[in-house]
Amino acid sequence: MSAQFVIFGLLAVTSVATALAMIFSRNAVHGVLFMVGNFAAVALLYVLLGSPFLAAVQILVYAGAIMVLFLFVVMLMGPEPAPLWEHIPGQRPLALLFGLLLAAGLIAAVNVEELTGVPGIMSQEVLERLGQPTALAQTLFERYLLPFEVTSLLLLIGMIGAVVLAKREKHELQAERAPREGGAE
Amino acid sequence: MERFLAQNWTVIQPALFLVFTGLIVLLVDLWLKEEEREWLAYFSLVGFGGAGVIVVRQWLAVRGLETPITGFGGMMVLDTLGLLFQMLFFLVGFLAVLLAPGYLTRRRLQRGEFYALLLFSTAGMSLLAGAQDLIMLFLGIEVLSIPLYILAGFARPRLDSEEASLKYFLLGAFATGFLLYGTALLYGATGTTAFEALRASEAAAAPRENVMFMAGIALLLVGLGFKISMAPFHQWTPDVYEGAPTPVTAFMVAATKAGGMVALIRLLYWGLGPADDVWRPLLGVLAAVTMTWGNVGALLQRNVKRMLAYSSIAHAGYLLIGVLSGGVGFVAVLVYLLIYALTNLGAFGVILLLEDGEREALDIESYRGLARFHPGAALLMSVFLLSLAGFPPTAGFFGKFLLFTAGISAGLTWLVVVAVLNSVLSVFYYARVIVKMYMQEPVETPAFSRSWLVAGALAVAAVGVVLLGLYPTVVVRLITA
Amino acid sequence: MVPYVAIAVLFVLSTGVAVMIMMVGSLFGPRRPTPRKLMPYESGMVPVGRAMQRMPIRFYLIATLFIIFDIEVIFLFPWALVYRQLGVFGLLEMFTFLALLVAGFVYVWRKGALEWE
Repeated sequence: MSAQFVIFGLLAVTSVATALAMIFSRNAVHGVLFMVGNFAAVALLYVLLGSPFLAAVQILVYAGAIMVLFLFVVMLMGPEPAPLWEHIPGQRPLALLFGLLLAAGLIAAVNVEELTGVPGIMSQEVLERLGQPTALAQTLFERYLLPFEVTSLLLLIGMIGAVVLAKREKHELQAERAPREGGAE
Repeated sequence: MERFLAQNWTVIQPALFLVFTGLIVLLVDLWLKEEEREWLAYFSLVGFGGAGVIVVRQWLAVRGLETPITGFGGMMVLDTLGLLFQMLFFLVGFLAVLLAPGYLTRRRLQRGEFYALLLFSTAGMSLLAGAQDLIMLFLGIEVLSIPLYILAGFARPRLDSEEASLKYFLLGAFATGFLLYGTALLYGATGTTAFEALRASEAAAAPRENVMFMAGIALLLVGLGFKISMAPFHQWTPDVYEGAPTPVTAFMVAATKAGGMVALIRLLYWGLGPADDVWRPLLGVLAAVTMTWGNVGALLQRNVKRMLAYSSIAHAGYLLIGVLSGGVGFVAVLVYLLIYALTNLGAFGVILLLEDGEREALDIESYRGLARFHPGAALLMSVFLLSLAGFPPTAGFFGKFLLFTAGISAGLTWLVVVAVLNSVLSVFYYARVIVKMYMQEPVETPAFSRSWLVAGALAVAAVGVVLLGLYPTVVVRLITA
Repeated sequence: MVPYVAIAVLFVLSTGVAVMIMMVGSLFGPRRPTPRKLMPYESGMVPVGRAMQRMPIRFYLIATLFIIFDIEVIFLFPWALVYRQLGVFGLLEMFTFLALLVAGFVYVWRKGALEWE
């Protein structure tokens, strides 16, 4: 048994365990914290697969930023939220059925030989010569120049969206304050 | 420096122009007072007009070329099909901006972001029209959609607008997942995302032997099907179209459908052409389901916006006939989309005339006896509805004629029969509104607000619908020249 | 895997030292609790209300903006690896990318989205 396999085993158990703990924890904040553990374990799995850049993204964006969003959502709801979901009849058996189907599909996907694909430009040889982050950077900034620039437009639109949908305009705030102040006098 | 400039930026020139205009609108807005913001609308008109001029010039230059110009390492192409679609997008954008200022001012929503987002969304469509790579296809669709998620919720804190935004966003994100998964699977099966290489790949030559490739196609069709509201992925359409601010709905009905169609055409014919025995039968059945579902749904509606939403689903079904026909079918799709866009913008323009900031003419009952109060508006609405139903001599008839003949010559007779039966069915709900307007007694004085901009948009739409109906061959000759 | 051994060692060592320091304190330090000492520490303020209460939505806006700029930073890392090879080309490329985001930043700033109204 190689060291790599032992590490993989540890990470696999950790990620599944934290995922289960997240689902079953009664306290939503604890759930989010378990999710952070899960993100970290998955990031280490990426390292094991030879993709340190993806691991860094996983930590920075998911464990860092997305987790903050989740925590805020939990806090927006308040400490002991009423159940957010209505009981949908037949949901549990259906969920079980679909879960099993997904598992079967994934097992089949790993085992069936027909699913072997064709290597793209990021071949093993390129990765070994340059290292994954450098190879990725070269492809991203030369071949995928246009998609990279369009991404910045997408980020800009995201900013606008956040402001338009979550920020109140001045006149809206005034309209809200006016009656309150009037009542106090 | 040279390398940066040598990327053939002309290929995305119209999109660049729109993005620049959008940025200026966005930033200038920050220093404007609320009552000065209407100027941003006029500036956006310049943006759409300028982009239109660029595209027409490019079209004149490209028309005679044997091999189309490509840019960014073959990721984008400059060909007549893409340019014609872009002309359509910019026309729709122009008219949609005309519809907006009055409505926004009446509701105190006059904000620069509205026009900036409209410009950005159109830039996304413009990128989509020339996409030659799955990644560009994906990004184009995202740049098109995300501004619309925001615009749908622009009338916040009105609850139905917020609901529309949230529903559209959640389901849209879900569909995006399908799109991305499909892209990943196609990349896995072929090792490339470029359409040219996809077309030449082994997997495309024998798709049935490659499970991953087949799954990839299926997932991409689901994702794109959502965007053009193809049944059974259309469930979001009525709620979103009903809740979004009316000018936004007008833009969405007319433009996103066209954006989705050009994406579908690019993907299916440029990327997956050799694998057509896989997607052709699938899409044929879905087209039949879509038009029937849309029309039956529209029959049951009491709200005019919802009715037009279901009717747009039905029209997506008709348009798929053209997509499936290929070749001549593309011309039919383009002309149909042009007519469909003008007609819908016109119909929504009339709806926009019949509101005063508080009351909106959304319920079908509010059209009772409209002809007595506003004969002009009633007449225009009738023309647009008849065109949607495909009555001769309106343009809608000619559009359907083009689509159906393309379908028959491509051997899709069964689908055309379904479409004709559906058209007959659709007359019921379009005519219902006309009957209300002309033959029933009014209950109350309808709300009305005069607007020169909306009137201008209506004039363009009406003249277009009538002229295209009377001289239908002119536009076809212009396109195919 | 070799480069990660050092990181793993660092991780183990830092955790070990932190645990050790806390244990030394509780083992050897005198322990005389008073109610005031057991209060949660909030920078010298007397704690008000419960920690778990509903937060205003403004935090959410800030968090969303944080994510967007976080994603922007992600693109700077790989760029830093190759900017020498890319030369002026890379510089212009990144400037274009950043220009749009700076426009967004100006927008967010002017709109007062970063203010606490």
